[in-house]
Amino acid sequence: MSGHASTYEPKTGFTKWLDSRLPVVRLAYDSFVDFPTPKNLNYWYTFGGILAVCLMTQILTGVVLAMHYTATVDGAFASVERIMRDVPYGWLIRYIHSNGASMFFLAVYIHMFRGLYYGSYKAPREILWILGVVIFLLMMGTAFLGYVLPWGQMSYHGANVITGLIGAVPVIGDSIKAWLMGGPSIGNQTLQRFFSLHYLLPFMIAGVVILHIWALHVPGNNNPTGVEVRKDKEGLKQDTVPFHPYYTVKDGFAIVVFLIIFAAFVFYMPNVLGHADNYIEANPLVTPAHIVPEWYLLPFYAILRAITFNLGPIDAKLLGVIAMFGSIAVLFFLPWLDTSKVKSMRYRPVARQFFFGFVVAGLLLGWCGAANPDDPIIPMGSDKLVVSYTDANGNEATQTYEEYEAAATFREQKMSEGVEAIIAVEKAPAFRFVHLAQLLTLYYFAYFLVILPLLGLRENPKDEPASIHKAVLGHDRAAPAPAE
Amino acid sequence: MSDAQTKPHETVDEDRRDFIHIATAATAVAGAGALAYVFVDQMNAASDTKAASSLDVDVSKVPVGGEIRVLIGGKPFFIRHRTPAEIRAAQSVDLSSLPDPQSDEERLVPMQSGEYNPAILVTSGSCTHLGCVPVGPAQGNTGDFGGWYCPCHGSHYDTSGRIRRGPAPANLPVPDYNWLSAAVINISL
Repeated sequence: MSGHASTYEPKTGFTKWLDSRLPVVRLAYDSFVDFPTPKNLNYWYTFGGILAVCLMTQILTGVVLAMHYTATVDGAFASVERIMRDVPYGWLIRYIHSNGASMFFLAVYIHMFRGLYYGSYKAPREILWILGVVIFLLMMGTAFLGYVLPWGQMSYHGANVITGLIGAVPVIGDSIKAWLMGGPSIGNQTLQRFFSLHYLLPFMIAGVVILHIWALHVPGNNNPTGVEVRKDKEGLKQDTVPFHPYYTVKDGFAIVVFLIIFAAFVFYMPNVLGHADNYIEANPLVTPAHIVPEWYLLPFYAILRAITFNLGPIDAKLLGVIAMFGSIAVLFFLPWLDTSKVKSMRYRPVARQFFFGFVVAGLLLGWCGAANPDDPIIPMGSDKLVVSYTDANGNEATQTYEEYEAAATFREQKMSEGVEAIIAVEKAPAFRFVHLAQLLTLYYFAYFLVILPLLGLRENPKDEPASIHKAVLGHDRAAPAPAE
Repeated sequence: MSDAQTKPHETVDEDRRDFIHIATAATAVAGAGALAYVFVDQMNAASDTKAASSLDVDVSKVPVGGEIRVLIGGKPFFIRHRTPAEIRAAQSVDLSSLPDPQSDEERLVPMQSGEYNPAILVTSGSCTHLGCVPVGPAQGNTGDFGGWYCPCHGSHYDTSGRIRRGPAPANLPVPDYNWLSAAVINISL
């Protein structure tokens, strides 16, 4: 499973016997004990370990919750409340599971931004990156399915919005939608299949995680310099340390700090990341005033809603769906879109500015996703009231007012004259959330499709250090042409 | 049989082997396809789900200016008793100004007598944007055009259920329904 020669030597009779039959101890030893790891990994590199803990936490708590959960439209909401009130420590296990989903995404986003910054997606780690994007997609699917299970208002209507997206696909969209829901609408049959798939997907994630680690251990870790570990014996020794104890301890410390933050959410603010509407049982006839997904899906939701215009034969709705899925699909092509030979942004001062712009764009997209798209961010003038009526000559006429009282008085006056008059609000021009989301969506795609491809060809990167060893010793500042 | 065992095969009949390979693979693919069909089709609507797909509604119970909402197979439908002013508003619109032009009459179903009853409007209750349920007279918000307003993404529908402003691409669809008597309609999916 790794690209280096095995150093495991079975000592006892039993381990020798086992090693010649199922070398599982050898596999673990070579992967997690004597695995040569670059010696300059910083704390941004601990999120892989943190994510492994997150996945195990979700599977463990999820299996327990499934013992108490009822996947029927009549029983689901009540069974979740029963878990919260009656099942011993059910509240704790459910809060760990629900907040665990948020922690999982927090860690995965940091992990992905780390990969973007240090160029960890570039050759020879393209497959490693692509498997990571597959895991991310599976995570989003799992999170969406799981959010439906409590059968609250946000569960039901959020699921309605998401399945509605599939209906936007021309010709076959409606059939696929009905096939997924198992009927004309989201009902009992939908809840049951979502539960089954929500249980299945985490194990698929675990499977892809194994491939992800495998694909990591063939080329070995990237590192903050982006300079590869030297493969000759002396270089390998200078550039790396064994995974254990150096990174087991470093990862362990980071995991403990992460769990402290996790526990703060679970014990002190277990519902701060959720929506109060989801504690109301699902009612298909009443849509909550403001449907929003969980925070970790907000940037993509903002991209979906940013598309309010048609493009040729493609209507806005389908275009929004294409943009949303495209924003993730583009990640699959990133290893070939970034044309720079230099991996780490440490040595790409111009690209670094665009990278931080991308991080800000991602965060602001999240802000837009949470807001009502029509709300103004920067108002330009105030809303006006327009009274429409028919004047003495029988023509349509309007009168504009700033204050409600004046408009109402005028309307009453017209009505008393026997003329119909209607008051309507004329919204003042403003820079709205939808406009910001459109600009940010443009930047999101431009970063991958324009900036990274062109920048790699045009920028002047700084000199990279000759080796990880030299960089660690501080010799990377004034690096002359490396003379080997 | 004993001949075949004693005589060693010196040549391999490649055509015969190709035939066996292709035939085996084709059989396996056909079997996998047949199995896949079963596992895909089980996701489609079950017979009982399909059976619960129509409903009789007594529209005489709907108050003037108000509406009732019914669920058929889990899908919401609006049955609205329009006021004369709302009917006039629906009929007097310039069709060329509509995003999805339809006259008010096209959105009604004639009664058994062949006449229209413009007071009763039956529409789907799913916003054509992303399937939220718009709010209406009972919720105190009928949008800027007096019909329905979808709070999710701000689509405004008029008193004929036609889209007037907002991201929704189409009018609220009129479901298949027919008049069983002057007071009862049957809506089916």
